[in-house]
Amino acid sequence: MKDTKQHIIKTTNLNIGYAHKKAIKTIASNLNIELEKGKLVCLLGKNGIGKSTLLRTLTKVQPALEGEVYINNENLNQLNNLDLSKSLSLVLTERLPESNLSVFELVALGRQPYTNWVGNLSEKDLTIIDEALSQTNIEHLVNARYYELSDGQLQKVLIARALAQNTDIIILDEPTAHLDIHHTIETFTLLKKLAKEFNKTIIVSTHEINLALQLSDELWLMTASNFIAGKTENLIENDQLNQLFDSDLIQFNKTLKQFTIKNSQ
Amino acid sequence: MVKPIKSYRNTFVILFVTLVVFTFINISLGSIYIPLKQIFLSFLDGQVDKESWKSIVLNYRLPKAITAIIVGSGLSISGLLMQTLFRNPLAGPFVLGISSGASLGVAILILGASFLGANITAYAFTNWGQAIAASIGAFLVLSAVMLAAVKVRNTMSILIIGLMFGSLTAAVISVLAYFSSANQLQQYLFWSFGSLGNLSWKEIIALSITFFIGIALVIFIIKPLNSLLLGENYAKSLGVNVRRTRNLTLISTSLLTGVITAFSGPIAFIGLAVPHLTKLLFSTSNHKILLPAVAISGSIIMLICDSIAQLPNSEYTLPINAITSLFGAPIIIWLLVRKRKINY
Repeated sequence: MKDTKQHIIKTTNLNIGYAHKKAIKTIASNLNIELEKGKLVCLLGKNGIGKSTLLRTLTKVQPALEGEVYINNENLNQLNNLDLSKSLSLVLTERLPESNLSVFELVALGRQPYTNWVGNLSEKDLTIIDEALSQTNIEHLVNARYYELSDGQLQKVLIARALAQNTDIIILDEPTAHLDIHHTIETFTLLKKLAKEFNKTIIVSTHEINLALQLSDELWLMTASNFIAGKTENLIENDQLNQLFDSDLIQFNKTLKQFTIKNSQ
Repeated sequence: MVKPIKSYRNTFVILFVTLVVFTFINISLGSIYIPLKQIFLSFLDGQVDKESWKSIVLNYRLPKAITAIIVGSGLSISGLLMQTLFRNPLAGPFVLGISSGASLGVAILILGASFLGANITAYAFTNWGQAIAASIGAFLVLSAVMLAAVKVRNTMSILIIGLMFGSLTAAVISVLAYFSSANQLQQYLFWSFGSLGNLSWKEIIALSITFFIGIALVIFIIKPLNSLLLGENYAKSLGVNVRRTRNLTLISTSLLTGVITAFSGPIAFIGLAVPHLTKLLFSTSNHKILLPAVAISGSIIMLICDSIAQLPNSEYTLPINAITSLFGAPIIIWLLVRKRKINY
């Protein structure tokens, strides 16, 4: 077995789901993930298959039913919120509550784990915020109110906020759900750049399968019966993508590297 | 390097000067005309033409102005806290039933004293008894609303629950009122009109101590409040202990609103309106700036309302509660129509 030190995220026999008073609803079981640093991972799966549940479990929003999650070799259960906030940042799908926040203020909130008790920004904080703004190409928006932004701009601002949090891992839940194709591609190439140039580990749940196949280093495929994690090219080569949709309508075309409509013969 | 952090020092200086000016205007106005020079002389322990003037200024008008400042800033800060916590611009101490809780506490004390036995009757007509009853009532009702808030995540439902608690307490109060004597009713009614006067220095000290405890708690949640602007999930991912923040907000709000309502009656509108007015003046969402700004603006507005309620140079005093709404409501309507959008 490989040295575990190289794994930024590792799970052992992880079961995810919801424990209610009477019944336990298991969404997926026996997940063994070993992820190295600096990779762009796309989490693919049908609607309602449990992608969000997995991400919520990895980010300690909800507890695991069984098994362990290790972030940077540390057990997730032993990390408090503040420790976790220094190694893992989020970009969520939920709408932001209404407020007067400017883009700068919003990105600056990413520095909260590091600022003093009243939240004063140091020179170092300002430098990091500046870097986050330039990495995402939104310097020109700093003074805008966030509610004035288009969806595409807002997504970049939220990614900049996660960058300002200066974490090894960034987890994004369907970041391109509301975006047109131009902004979708822009977002994905930005994420790819962040993984490659800044050695960030980025996990994205998405339905943009074609982009995921082109850009991701690894894929996590969630199906009703199975969880497959692996290098993108290997999964394509081994025809494992066909399992993703248990459907009569579409199939994966290995040579085209995309899903096509099945011919009804 | 971009420097988008605006310094609001000038605005703060102007606000502070305005506060000082209005404090003096407030003290110089009243049922009896006292020349401005004589007012300054009373402060400076100088020779005042009439001894009664000095007494009026030092023992009546000054305590009233201080009460106005504490009430105005305390209610405004509570309003701001509630609006951030519930992420709803309609939230305020009144909407969420804190004030009705305080009213219920006082109503049970004054109106229900005869049911509760003679031991309590002795306290019913003192400011202290009312203060404690109001604080307990406010805390209980707010806790009930917050418990409901944990179950229902939809903020609209929480507001409706708050309103329901409001009408529930109102119903209990009317039942109590039905069985009460005219004397008790009058006592309760006067309390509910709201009043900034009638507070002795001792009571002002008690009010100030609770006020400063409440403010001290608020100072520690400035940072988590800012992250709550992104919603609870983001706040958690930034390392914020959301539950602790929520509890601290709850405690400080009920301390501030409870004790203020206890001593000065349920004063409407300030808690809802002032944060909105302030946010138009300071276009930031940072609580580090908003909290002092809201406190000063609240004080100024309360002083103005009190000066109007005094009906200068007449012997009548209008209920302060009516004045705050009478002047506050049209301002908010005007602002909404003009700006079309209010952010909080």
